[in-house]
Amino acid sequence: MSILIDETTPVIIQGFTGDKATFHAREMIGYGTHVVGGVTPGKGGQKHLDRPVFDTVKDAVKATGATASLAFVPPPYAGDALMEAADAGLNLVCIITDGIPAQDMMRVKRYLMRYQRDRRTMVVGPNCAGIISAGKAMLGIMPGHIYQRGSVGVVSRSGTLGYEAAAQMKAAGVGLTTSVGIGGDPINGSSFLDHLALFEQDPETRAVVMIGEIGGPQEAEASAWIEANMSKPVIGYVAGVTAPKGRRMGHAGAIISAEGDTAAEKTEIMRSHGLHVAPSAAELGSTVARVLNSLS
Amino acid sequence: MDIHEYQAKQLLSGFGVAVARGSVAYSAEQAVFTATELGGWHWAVKAQIHSGARGKAGAVKLCRTYHEVSDAATSMLGKRIVTSQTGPEGKVCQRVYIEVAEAFERELYLGLVLDRKLQRIRVIASGQGGMEIEELLHTNPEAIHQIHVEPAVGLQPFQARELAFGLGLNLKQVSRATATIIGCYRAFRDLDATMVEINPLVVTSDNRVLALDAKMSFDDNALFRRPQVAEMRDVSQEDPREARAAQQGLNYVGLTGDIGCIINGAGLAMATMDMIKHAGGEPANFLDVGGGASPERVAEAFRLVLSDRNVKAILVNIFAGINRCDWVAQGVVQAAKDLKVPLIVRLAGTNVAEGQRIIQQSGLPIITADELADAARKAVAAAHA
Repeated sequence: MSILIDETTPVIIQGFTGDKATFHAREMIGYGTHVVGGVTPGKGGQKHLDRPVFDTVKDAVKATGATASLAFVPPPYAGDALMEAADAGLNLVCIITDGIPAQDMMRVKRYLMRYQRDRRTMVVGPNCAGIISAGKAMLGIMPGHIYQRGSVGVVSRSGTLGYEAAAQMKAAGVGLTTSVGIGGDPINGSSFLDHLALFEQDPETRAVVMIGEIGGPQEAEASAWIEANMSKPVIGYVAGVTAPKGRRMGHAGAIISAEGDTAAEKTEIMRSHGLHVAPSAAELGSTVARVLNSLS
Repeated sequence: MDIHEYQAKQLLSGFGVAVARGSVAYSAEQAVFTATELGGWHWAVKAQIHSGARGKAGAVKLCRTYHEVSDAATSMLGKRIVTSQTGPEGKVCQRVYIEVAEAFERELYLGLVLDRKLQRIRVIASGQGGMEIEELLHTNPEAIHQIHVEPAVGLQPFQARELAFGLGLNLKQVSRATATIIGCYRAFRDLDATMVEINPLVVTSDNRVLALDAKMSFDDNALFRRPQVAEMRDVSQEDPREARAAQQGLNYVGLTGDIGCIINGAGLAMATMDMIKHAGGEPANFLDVGGGASPERVAEAFRLVLSDRNVKAILVNIFAGINRCDWVAQGVVQAAKDLKVPLIVRLAGTNVAEGQRIIQQSGLPIITADELADAARKAVAAAHA
């Protein structure tokens, strides 16, 4: 098992015929992802990478039975693409795009609430590296070869720090079920909490790594939820101890502007809720290995 | 992106927010001329810098004569002004705002922010203006009134009214404060702001409600569709290195340490800086070269990092995903040819062996590391050698 995607999940790509999308679609197919087609308005009826192209997401869903999408859509049109995916009834949309206006994401989040919880689309991202279920399927732009199959779930705001964790875990002989990048923007489609809940229910996942950073209330919310609801151990880490107040550190959402936004505060909150905090970013793999050993 | 007070007032008054009459000036002579044109008996001369807390720094002066206006403008223009928010380097004032000084009876606070927890716009009002809102949250949280805006329908008049009545205003004042609150909300929404702050919002003896100060920040990701906001950018108020980095599509934040950092990915960049601190050093900067670290970008990254004279060593940490290590290594080798400070390189991910081979065969004195902790330790040792 894994969460969100596996090798049987039928996937479409929004913005399919663009250069970047084409490159990453090839990589995804090579990794074993079941890519069934794509959407580029105005190119419906054509073939791309031996797969059909559709004008609308609804057409693509109807013809292919797709349940998930990866969106490579430029920032001005990204909000629209997410709402289109939700309206077409997809279970999951992962959006890589960096630079989407925050108020567009606010409206997208509100739009998703139109649908009942059991029919509501899960949005992963934006400004993320995507989702990978190790050895099964990849919905994103990560280097697939660094992920070893195993029993640990990873959820991270940062893409490259997620890679770092996967590589350290591989070196320590630990594998993953699924790694999810929730993205570096101030308003995410889905939060740590959404994915922790899925990992808690996944029988194959034995422990979860949560990698946060400065800015926003997500890590604190997730930590409180973990203490109250999770039976599986969670390893936590927060990047940005050296980040100064009020400065945006690359990610639109990585800025210390309110109480509880600093790495020190978030780390302390994680600890107070019983998470296993990695002492440094270089000790993610060894901390996970230690926690797993204590389970068996 | 931040803008000046006078620009914020210009934008807000377009949305029906009442402000005192004022105009911007670039010289002392122009300031006096502006005061004569505005008329009135008292004027506030305000330094236009991207910072709050200007009053305490002597950057807002009340003037009773044209002579005082001239003196006040002279004392600000071209000067480096240090406030509690600018840091020790301060900000250079190149424009002053001359405003007709209004007598007022009450000072209120009005702020709008993007609430990340509720993912909605939050409107905050308080009857105790002139104070920092963070301070008030601690000392007197009951004095703060807040509402959240439902994104599907926007701010409703009843919500603005509730806030206005909550401030203890009379009926005339309530209708004007309501218009101000709705105006600020519309400006926030229609201009893609991330923050609007009116502190203080004042009530005059003839029941007018005026924005005495105004601060606005905007979502950088939305500037493409807000040209009238984008053209208000004042690069002189930004760190020159950060402005230059932004032009190259790089994310750079200058810090006070001595180990320069060149890293791909914001999260890995922060984590690497933390590792430097963990190893007993201090990072000189945050720098994310992004996913496609082409040789040109790597070269520009080296130029940026080296423009900081405190840098005693450079740490490059690249975890190649989309890009390949061999490609990055070629860029590093090119950029490092005339380097005068020690260089530590850690490569990981796609084509790592090939990348390491290029570094080793370059014949340059590059210190390599396989792991994050090792890289940070070597960088600290090299900087302190």
